[in-house]
Amino acid sequence: MNFILTHRREVAMLTAEHLWLVAISMLIAIAVGVPLGILLTRRPRLKALVLGSTNVIQTIPSLALFGLLLPLPWLGARADRLAIVALALYALLPVVRNTFVGIAGVSAPVREAAVAMGLTQSQLLWMVELPLASPVILAGVRTAAVITIGVATIAAAIGAGGLGEFIFRGIAMVDNGVILAGALPAAAMALIADASLGALEKLLVRWRH
Amino acid sequence: MEIMQSEATAIQFHDVQYRLAEGRVLLEGINLEVRSGETLMLLGRSGSGKTTCLKMINRLVEPTRGEISIQGRPLSKWDPIRLRRCIGYAIQDVGLFPHYSVRENVGLIPKLEKWERDRIDARVDEVLALVGLPGNEFAQRFPHQLSGGQRQRVGLARALAAEPPILLMDEPFGALDPITRAELQMEFQKLQQKLQKTVVFVTHDVGEALLLGDRIGLMEAGQLRGVYGKEEFLRSADESVRAYVDVFRAGQQIFRG
Repeated sequence: MNFILTHRREVAMLTAEHLWLVAISMLIAIAVGVPLGILLTRRPRLKALVLGSTNVIQTIPSLALFGLLLPLPWLGARADRLAIVALALYALLPVVRNTFVGIAGVSAPVREAAVAMGLTQSQLLWMVELPLASPVILAGVRTAAVITIGVATIAAAIGAGGLGEFIFRGIAMVDNGVILAGALPAAAMALIADASLGALEKLLVRWRH
Repeated sequence: MEIMQSEATAIQFHDVQYRLAEGRVLLEGINLEVRSGETLMLLGRSGSGKTTCLKMINRLVEPTRGEISIQGRPLSKWDPIRLRRCIGYAIQDVGLFPHYSVRENVGLIPKLEKWERDRIDARVDEVLALVGLPGNEFAQRFPHQLSGGQRQRVGLARALAAEPPILLMDEPFGALDPITRAELQMEFQKLQQKLQKTVVFVTHDVGEALLLGDRIGLMEAGQLRGVYGKEEFLRSADESVRAYVDVFRAGQQIFRG
């Protein structure tokens, strides 16, 4: 604990950096993942391909994924850029899968009634499917956020910064205090993200099935 | 409203067939005329094709041959969205939107049709009263706060909200307990006397068909066996009709003890 107190400024800076890596990569994962999940409900043939490949990405050990992306021309040029892309790839699976599952889970009579009443395809999506799927989609975002906060500590290995700096430094110095200076804020961040997204989920749902 | 109530024939099926992509034929040679303002019951067993027939009227299912016209105009010439907004639809599972209040459910189509806010509110209260649910008590509730019978009433109110001249109903009372069902049947009867909509009503219950219908179309194995007035139905010598009438009379016998 002493180390954290004496290095408050550095802890704050690396926490901010960590948060930034996570936030940007989550935004990308949501911006790509939700439309991709919607696409899968409209083109079921793509389901195996898309869910399969996002699944495969998740099985690649994170350290290896950072390493594998390193030689790529545009990506490898900046460590934070590379880290954000890798983290977004990791976060993609829960977002895509939950968007797909959430929309597919809208009950058949509700969908039938909506179409029969004369809702257009986009009204069906925006007024019925997305609102009803939103708790499931949000649960996916929550899972993705917690994963990303954890995996982002490894981004320090390729020099992208974040709380992983402390962890790697602590390991090299065999100093638990330094490791904890990275691990504790990261764990706190994960807990806060989980709790606040959970609260948002409750706030959104004013109905029950 | 684009559909006018004046013409005698509201809906016409002309030699309609429906074949699945795999080749199985679900409907064959359907010729049917539904008159304006009448309640036509489509009676038949499960799998006889009555629901498929119904879903063709609002283009949820497209015929693989033949043609259906509404007010003399072929369905293929209707924009499906415009068409559906002029046709009320009530089904057994109701399909209320769980994230919308009763008011939002019932007022949805008027809202999409860009009615004035005050007019929507007044109309929602009016149709809720029509189906026996006082707006001040029920309008703010969510579907999960309603009983099965109340949900079905809201479904009916929603189907009526945008003043459609045509109403399609697919066993709307089928999942209700017998007392609630009888209540809703009676109220529907009263409602229909008042509103004079053109109604196509799918049921497998011969008692319901005789109670609510002006005429009964009997469906059997993907074909329309015939369309009968009530008296005609009860007296028919046709063996398929007789089977239903026997069941009906047996039921009445039990009531008399």
